[in-house]
Amino acid sequence: MIYRAAVFVTLKPVVNDPQGLTIHRGLRSLGFDSVQEVRSGKYLVLTLEEPDDRSARARVDEMAREVLANAVIEDYRVEVEAIGEPAASGELRA
Amino acid sequence: MRTGIVVFPGTWSDRDCAHALGDVLEEPCRFVDHRDRQLDDLDLVILPGGFSYGDYLRCGAIARFAPVMESVARFADRGGLVLGICNGFQVLQEARMLPGALLRNVSCEFRCEWVSLRVEQSASAFTAECRPGQVLRIPISHGEGNFYADPVTLERLESNGRVVFRYCAADGRVTDEANPNGSMANIAGIMNARGNVLGMMPHPERACEALLGSSDGLAIFRSAIRALQGVPA
Repeated sequence: MIYRAAVFVTLKPVVNDPQGLTIHRGLRSLGFDSVQEVRSGKYLVLTLEEPDDRSARARVDEMAREVLANAVIEDYRVEVEAIGEPAASGELRA
Repeated sequence: MRTGIVVFPGTWSDRDCAHALGDVLEEPCRFVDHRDRQLDDLDLVILPGGFSYGDYLRCGAIARFAPVMESVARFADRGGLVLGICNGFQVLQEARMLPGALLRNVSCEFRCEWVSLRVEQSASAFTAECRPGQVLRIPISHGEGNFYADPVTLERLESNGRVVFRYCAADGRVTDEANPNGSMANIAGIMNARGNVLGMMPHPERACEALLGSSDGLAIFRSAIRALQGVPA
């Protein structure tokens, strides 16, 4: 099965986020006064082939834990969905 | 002192390190490819500055998986001296050989400038040539040097004398104005518990000749040479 996984990597709430703070200041200076906080992060979309939902989720979780996020400063969240059967050639069939 | 200078794709300060050690100090040194595993002939391993593997995901995130890093970890376990400079410091943290992490500078800008560093720990293999509280002039060159550690880790670093350098004013006062990147407690360099692994954001290899503005960086390399000769501090 072909899966599409979304990995959201964000700085832990206690970690200072200079980019988020800068974007927050920018938004306020543009008149978006209601914004109380901005936290920046990474959004990664992975397409992968795995035998089933469980192995897809486990594999993406492993990648997020080992590589995509740094547990010292970051949290991550993973969403996985099946998007199709692999074609014989390995190409995704619509 | 035989020094190995690790070169990852994207490393940029390897030649500067080789110049400082080989040309200025006339010590034997060689480059170590990121795929190499053989470090047995070395006394000191330097992980130099740069952008290892492009640092696209996160500084040092990919470099820690390089074949050479397994050997660097074993080398450190055996008591070999390891110095991570700038990107090398980030790599050592990603490899969990040093605690904490280096975040984006608070200014969100790349900072390339001379800074003053106060020597907080002069009883280490890398600072024995320095006086306690001595102020060194050494340049920084980074966008992600904002030292972070959780409160427990920070307290452990402080109470065990593992904070080696702090950003300071020219007179040695540790002030917010002298902090170029927002680092917690103005921390510019830390070492591991054993004292044989040092990570620092400033570039001592770029401060080894008065002609280039400062030779204060030599103290760090000379300290390592002295430590390896077994001369008491």
